[in-house]
This record gives sequence, C-alpha cells and structure tokens, in this order.
Amino acid sequence: MSFLTIAYALLFYFATAILVIGLARKMIIFYRAPAPLKIPTTPAPTTQTGVVMRLFREVVFFESLFKGAKWTWLFGWLFHFGLFLVTLRHLRYFQDPVWLPIELIQPFGIYAGFAMVAGLVGLIGRRILVDRVRYISAPSDFFMLGLLLLIGFSGLMMKFVSHTDIVAVKSFFLGLMTFSWSELPTDVVLLVHLFLVALLMIIFPISKLLHAPGLFFSPTRNQVDNPREQRHLAEWARKFEQ
Amino acid sequence: MAKADFEVPELKEYPEVPMYVEGAMAKSSPFVAKPDHNTPLGFPGELVDDWHAKTLEAMGDLLGKYRSFQVYLDSCVKCGACTDKCHYYLGTKDPKNMPVARQDLLRKVYRRYFTFAGKYFPKLVGAEDLTRETLDDWYSYFHQCSQCRRCSVFCPYGIDTAEISMAAREILDRIGYGQKYCNEIIAKVHKIGNNLGLPGPAILDTLEGLEEDVFDETGVEVKYPLDVKGADILLVTPSADFFAEPHVDGLIGYGKVFHECGVSWTLSTHASEAGNFGMFIGSYENMRRVSMRVREAALELGVKRIVFGECGHAWRVAYSFLNTLAGPFDFLDPNYPVPQHILEFTWDAIQQGKLNLDKSANDEMVLTFHDSCNVARASRMGDKPGGQFEIPRNVIKAVCNNYVDMDPDTTRERTFCCGGGGGLLTDDLMEIRVKGAKPRMEALNNVMQEQGVTHMAAICAICKSQFTKVLPYYGMDMDQIVSVHQLVSNAIVLTGQNSDDDEDQAEAEGAD
Repeated sequence: MSFLTIAYALLFYFATAILVIGLARKMIIFYRAPAPLKIPTTPAPTTQTGVVMRLFREVVFFESLFKGAKWTWLFGWLFHFGLFLVTLRHLRYFQDPVWLPIELIQPFGIYAGFAMVAGLVGLIGRRILVDRVRYISAPSDFFMLGLLLLIGFSGLMMKFVSHTDIVAVKSFFLGLMTFSWSELPTDVVLLVHLFLVALLMIIFPISKLLHAPGLFFSPTRNQVDNPREQRHLAEWARKFEQ
Repeated sequence: MAKADFEVPELKEYPEVPMYVEGAMAKSSPFVAKPDHNTPLGFPGELVDDWHAKTLEAMGDLLGKYRSFQVYLDSCVKCGACTDKCHYYLGTKDPKNMPVARQDLLRKVYRRYFTFAGKYFPKLVGAEDLTRETLDDWYSYFHQCSQCRRCSVFCPYGIDTAEISMAAREILDRIGYGQKYCNEIIAKVHKIGNNLGLPGPAILDTLEGLEEDVFDETGVEVKYPLDVKGADILLVTPSADFFAEPHVDGLIGYGKVFHECGVSWTLSTHASEAGNFGMFIGSYENMRRVSMRVREAALELGVKRIVFGECGHAWRVAYSFLNTLAGPFDFLDPNYPVPQHILEFTWDAIQQGKLNLDKSANDEMVLTFHDSCNVARASRMGDKPGGQFEIPRNVIKAVCNNYVDMDPDTTRERTFCCGGGGGLLTDDLMEIRVKGAKPRMEALNNVMQEQGVTHMAAICAICKSQFTKVLPYYGMDMDQIVSVHQLVSNAIVLTGQNSDDDEDQAEAEGAD
C-alpha cells in the first residue's frame, strides 16, 4: 500500500467525519434554537403543505433569488444544478452494480460539468465587476468560488484531457467504504481533484456553505402563517406566563 | 419646500441604483437614551463598564433564543441580491445601508467570537474584534434600518435584516446604550398607557370633540365611547389617531362604520395605544408587557371582540404576536378572528351591504395606495395569503371612483417603506428619513405626473406622520396623505344623515 493511498484514505475518512459530524452539530444547534415568534415573510402559505411547496420552489428554482437578482440567479442556478447532476453522476464510484437512474444520468452529467464551471465563472465575474457585490465580498467568498472552480476544472480535465484510471478510482472508493483499501492511481490531476473535494468537505460545516441546511431552518420561509388560529409559544417564553 | 441642511435627493423617472459612497451616513445617529428612559424598561441606565463581556454575553443569549438570529448569521453567502433593495441605501448611497453590509456589522463580531473560522482565520472570513467603535457603528446603522423586511423578500434564504437589527438593538439596550426615541416612548406606554403620554381625560375630551364635530356635520349622533363596560368590541388604535391629521379623520371613520353596523364598541384608557415599540428594540419582555394591556383591557371591559385601527407595526404585533404574547384569548367570541383589523371589519360590512356609500364624495381626489411594510410583508388580513393587499384596495375602490396603483416593483410585498418606520420617526433622524423616502416618493411622483394622482392613502400611523413631514421636502403637499378610513368616512352616508339639500336649506333659512 503506497503512502499516497494511505494518506488519501485517511484524508477522506477525516473529511467525511468532519462533514457529517460538523453538519449534524450545526443542524442540531439550528433545530434547538427556538423560534419564539411567527415571522414568515408574507404573503405566506397558511398550511403546512403550502410551506413544503414554498421550500420546494426555493430549493429547486431559487424563487426568491429570481425575484431579487436575475444574473445572480442565472449563474447561481446553473452552478447548483450542474453540481447536482455532477454529484449524481459521481455516485457510480460508490456503487457496484450502478443503479439504473445513475447510469441514465451519465451523459447529462458531462454537460452539467460545463454548466457548473460556466456558472462559477459568472459568479466570480459578478463579484469582481459589480461594485456593490465587490464591497460585500470577503477573501473567503472568492476562495470558495475558486475552490469549486478548480474542482470542476480538474474534473473536466480528467474527462477530456488527461484520463485517469477510473476503474482503480472506483475500487479505491469502494474499498474505503468496506474498509478493504485498494491503491489509488497517482495522476496529478486526480490527486488535486480529490484533495480539493476533501478540502471542500472539511470547510463545509464552518463556512457560508451552511446556507444549504440554513434554508430549511429559516423561519421567514418555513413557518405557516396561522398565528391567529394557533398559539405559538416558545419554551423560554413560558416562564413569563406565571 | 421644506428647508433641509442636507441635500434632498432628486426624484428620477426610473429608479437608479447608486454607486456607493463610503461613510455617507456615518454621522447619522439618534439621541442616546438617558437613565430614566432605560431603567423603566429593565435596562441599565447607561453604558456599563464591562460592555465588552456583556455584549458577547447578550449575543450568546440571543443565539440560543432566536433561531432566526443564529440561522441568518450563518447562512448568508453574500450573493448581493439584497444590495439594491433597501430604500435607505437607494436614498443615501451609504454602502452600510445595504442589508448584507448592515448585517455584517454584527456578523463580523459573531464570526470572531462564536465561529471556528473567525477565531482562527479572522482576515479570511472578514471577522473583526469587538471594539468601542463597533458599538458606535451598530448604534448608527442599526438605527438606519426601519425593519421593513423588503430585503427578506428577495433573499434566497429569507434572511431578514429586521431580525438582525432587532437583536442588535436589544444587545445595545442590554449594555445601556439605547435609543432615546423608542425607549422614552415605551416608558410612556408602561406608565401612562400610550406612546404620546395622553392621560385619560385628554382622550375623553378629544372623543367628545369628535362627537360634536360629526354631529355638526351630519346631524347624526355618532358615539365615540371610552371605557364602556360590556361593549362588544374593544377598539385599539394608535394614539396618533386621537390628535393628529390625517390620523384623526381615520378614527372618525371607524366610529361611523361601527355606528352604521349597529355594534357596540369602546376604546380603553388602559389600552389607548395600538403601537408596540417593544418590537422595534427587539425586546420580547417589553413587547409582552405592552401587549398585556390589551388583554387586561379586554377582560376588564368584558368585550367579545378586539379590533385594531390603522397602524402598521401595531398590526404586525397584533396579527402575528398578540396571541403568543398575551394569549390565549379563549374568553372572546370564537366566531371572529382575534384580533381583527378595522379594514377586515369594514370590508365585511361593505360586502354585507351594511354601509350606504356615496363614492362621489371623494371625487376631488385621484388616489393611490401605499402598502405599509409591516402589513404587507409581516402580516395578513382576511383568510387568504395576500389579503392584506386586496382588502385595503377593495375598500378604497368601494368608496372612491378614481384609483390608480403605483409601479408593481414598489407595491404589495415589494412595497417601499415610508422611510420612518422601526423607531426612526424622530426629528434627530430627519436626514435618513427624507433620503429613505426617496424610492416611495419617486413612485408617487410618477403616478402624479402620468396619471394625475392627487392623494396617497395609507393605513399606518407612522407612514402618515412620516409622509406629512417628508413630502414638503420633495416639493409636495403634506395634505396629499390620507387615511383609508378618512375616505370611508367621506363616503359613508349615515342613516338619518342631513342631505346636502337640507344643509343648503338650513343655510338659506339662517340667512333670512
């Protein structure tokens, strides 16, 4: 077993642990923090089904962002939808045999890689070119986009320029999952790609990427607009009732 | 045109997003609350010596109490969708009035002391130490937010700057660095019962005056009752309705509607204020104390229903929070919503044909309607989403012949704040108020130029006060702002009312 394989195996165990534990911890914090008052942004749905539909539109179509900023919506949506398809496409590295839907998605996943990169370039462009967006950007905002762009770019490199031994890559990841490790190919592009992905996983729970779970916990979006019909009392506010 | 010691923005035909000017409004901050404004609210009299520790302690406490605060501090990706949405940014060009930048004033400190990335890589994620300057920045810019929530409409995660601004103000209050205007008013409510500090006899006197005025004008004895035990309806309305124009014309209108519907109603000296500034400073405890007066008054007078008058944030607290803060209201008649908005009441009455309306009474006006932010984006009327947009318009259209809507980008949930909400309606903040009104003034100016609009109806006491003060700065007339129930009042023909002919005849006879 090469040093590189051991290093990457440990890196991915570590990154997965950080991602899962970190995200779970944060979601528990979100969940435990009470929402003492009803604050949905109106016009808001008056039923639970309506709330599910509202969140669905937000998650799938970025409804509010569409209202707010068309260019950001376009680039943001291209990137996210691209990433979504690419991620689905990558599931083949973790399954044996590969599920049919994942097999069917393979060709689309390639176009999605380009969409993802195009979206990211657009988002970086906005951060540089729009003075207001430049004003509010911290170095980490550029860093995050750069990281994702490099991940996308290195991924496309392997598809179109410098092929790697994907059969070996697959057996590496299947090995990680079953704790029977196998060798990882030593292509530089592959190693860079995988390192950046691990980095992204590690950063996720301590960064603004928390917007992903955050949306589901956002009271302005996930609350039912029924305060006249139903009393809504937080546990910490109950002590005032005496 | 009103005199200003600052530059009044020029109104444009098309809305423009300005290039930012750093520090444009840095000097704007309201008077600081004195000890006797703070202590009745349960806050330290003045800035405490250990403010650094106390600030972080308060922030930690709020993070555990408000999911909105925690989630919104963590979720922002700086996408920029909100940057051109705030009326204060559009009017002042100060980049710290962009919602995300305003939130960041607080988020920087949150990052520095409460997150891994901010503790170890502060420069990378834009985290900053808490200093005395930070507090002053918070004080300036969180009092340049009217908590109108327009940004929350466009944010992909629903991040609501109002929530951050309320939390910031609560933190400042907890270290004794409160704002005079809000805290003085809340102290007045706690002590006297309303924001203006009007004692019971003054209210009674006003109401008797209104009865005489309405009788003189119509020949009908419309009652404006106070503290009547056993009345069916308790009306809670902003104290501005007792004394200022055009507010009081709205109050006259409520009374006429109740009279025509034949319901018994009353105002209360104990709950002689609908407004609840506890919300502006983010203080649950103060908001609850103010709300409890309504419950106590309802119990004391033995009413069956509670109706709120025209007031924006009062309606938010009433609609969204009253049941939570002062409930349960199981002692009231379950056949009616608790509480009910006066416009819901009037619209029901109109639909049931209980009101005899003469639309032509408002013919000298071409009207448009200003959606007040707390009604539009934080509450509802009726039983369907968006009822808060339809019901006021329905009522206006039922009582006048000429109605025009402003640009859809500036109405309904996209409405622009009047510029004076959220505890900014004080003369020491006149510059931000005038500049913040710019987007609304532009939309109004456009329908005035293109469609001949002469008047704008509003349903919020703060909007009405703000506009009457600010319109002259833009070369408009303060009388162009009217209450919706003022229009209703004009159009209502009371049963047994003198007709115009009678009046003419009376005048003619008098002349003989």
